[in-house]
Amino acid sequence: MKPFTRLRETPSQTAGPYVHIGLIPAQAGLDIFGQSLGDRLAGPEARGERIRIEGRVLDGAGTPCTDVLIELWQANAAGKYDHPADRQERPLDPHLHGWGRTGTDFRTGVWAFETVKPGSVTGRRGRPMAPHVSLYLASRGMNIGLSTRMYFPDEAEANAEDAVLNLVGPLRETLIARQESRDGLPTYVFDIHLQGPQETVFFDI
Amino acid sequence: MTPYEFIQRDRDQHPPALTPDYKSTVLRSPRRPLWSLDTSLSEVTGPRFGHDALGPLDHDLILNYAQGGEPIGERTIVHGWVLDEHGRGLPHTLIEVWQANAGGRYRHVNDTYLAPIDPNFGGCGRVMTDEDGHYTFRTVKPGAYPFRNRVNSWRPAHIHFSLFGSGLAQRLITQMYFEGDPLIPHDQILGTIPDPAARSRLVAALDFDFAVPLDSLAYRFDIVLRGRRQTVFENKLQGA
Ligand SMILES: [Fe+2]
Repeated sequence: MKPFTRLRETPSQTAGPYVHIGLIPAQAGLDIFGQSLGDRLAGPEARGERIRIEGRVLDGAGTPCTDVLIELWQANAAGKYDHPADRQERPLDPHLHGWGRTGTDFRTGVWAFETVKPGSVTGRRGRPMAPHVSLYLASRGMNIGLSTRMYFPDEAEANAEDAVLNLVGPLRETLIARQESRDGLPTYVFDIHLQGPQETVFFDI
Repeated sequence: MTPYEFIQRDRDQHPPALTPDYKSTVLRSPRRPLWSLDTSLSEVTGPRFGHDALGPLDHDLILNYAQGGEPIGERTIVHGWVLDEHGRGLPHTLIEVWQANAGGRYRHVNDTYLAPIDPNFGGCGRVMTDEDGHYTFRTVKPGAYPFRNRVNSWRPAHIHFSLFGSGLAQRLITQMYFEGDPLIPHDQILGTIPDPAARSRLVAALDFDFAVPLDSLAYRFDIVLRGRRQTVFENKLQGA
């Protein structure tokens, strides 16, 4: 390695309307790979409370987008990420990988994940972060992927202390899901607004 | 590994969210500025993938969907290095690619372009970088295709790339173009990137060193993901 090498990051380009072929081929109607990568977010034996997270992605006209890739990344129920950079002394869960990917439905625009509720992870300066999942969106019309977080409405106490929610002040409501129940499964509904008065907070991470 | 934070993303290398010449961005671009986030474990971590997740033909688009024949088109090898901003090769990094067939048609339920589906071509592949950060895959060169933007908007031949580094903050989706394609200067998608030098880094160069004589041409496309910051005089990220 040369001592003063400083390269520039490769520029982003839109994922385009056919993102499914490459990243979620089953949705494109393509049966090609032996193993689909995004299907092992949380196995049936993962520890913690089983939940469903679902929502839509709404464009500036309020229309649900039907071609968006959504990826989710989360800690396990003990608040630990399955990654070597996480050195918190907490147990890993062999049944929770913590990463999943899906696409908004071609007809309804609804996306959904079934997983377990993440625990609280230690944040900066040793302060706990409120439980949350990280979301990444890419699609036609998005020149660069969008990053946001979804928080849980039943964590009011932790949410009140969360540094990120407090950073965005009055916009915090755009990051907190709504709780419902579907066939007894606790369901968190999180609509992502790309524009408008309810525009979701997106992060430069 | 060094579990620290990433160098801040240089947004000048990237297209802005709103680029009205690419009309689909008008209703899909956030209008508020992005909130800068102090990196936490949620961003320095991310999914990891093992070589065992991939099948033996995943990186060979000529064979991975072949139904008793081979796809039509120019046999093409694409290779390059995945590096970080410090110039270090990134080993064991997942690359996923997808593309149209030689006629410019995607094997996708929503693609209704006139050009025919190729029965032997799926149009997607996956590969991991090796110990040095090098990758290579084989395909047929994709065709140009029209898209609804201006009356006569055509995409230059391109391959879509998706990459994961070792942390969520490195996630990148982009497109690779082919040196010498006359459609490149007319493309409203590549044109979303304001800096011409940045645009040129998405154009792969013809590379005879990797061509296979009497078999396949080759193109080289190097990809740079964000590097990690060197943190000496500051408090370390908690929990890391
Ligand atoms: Fe494309």
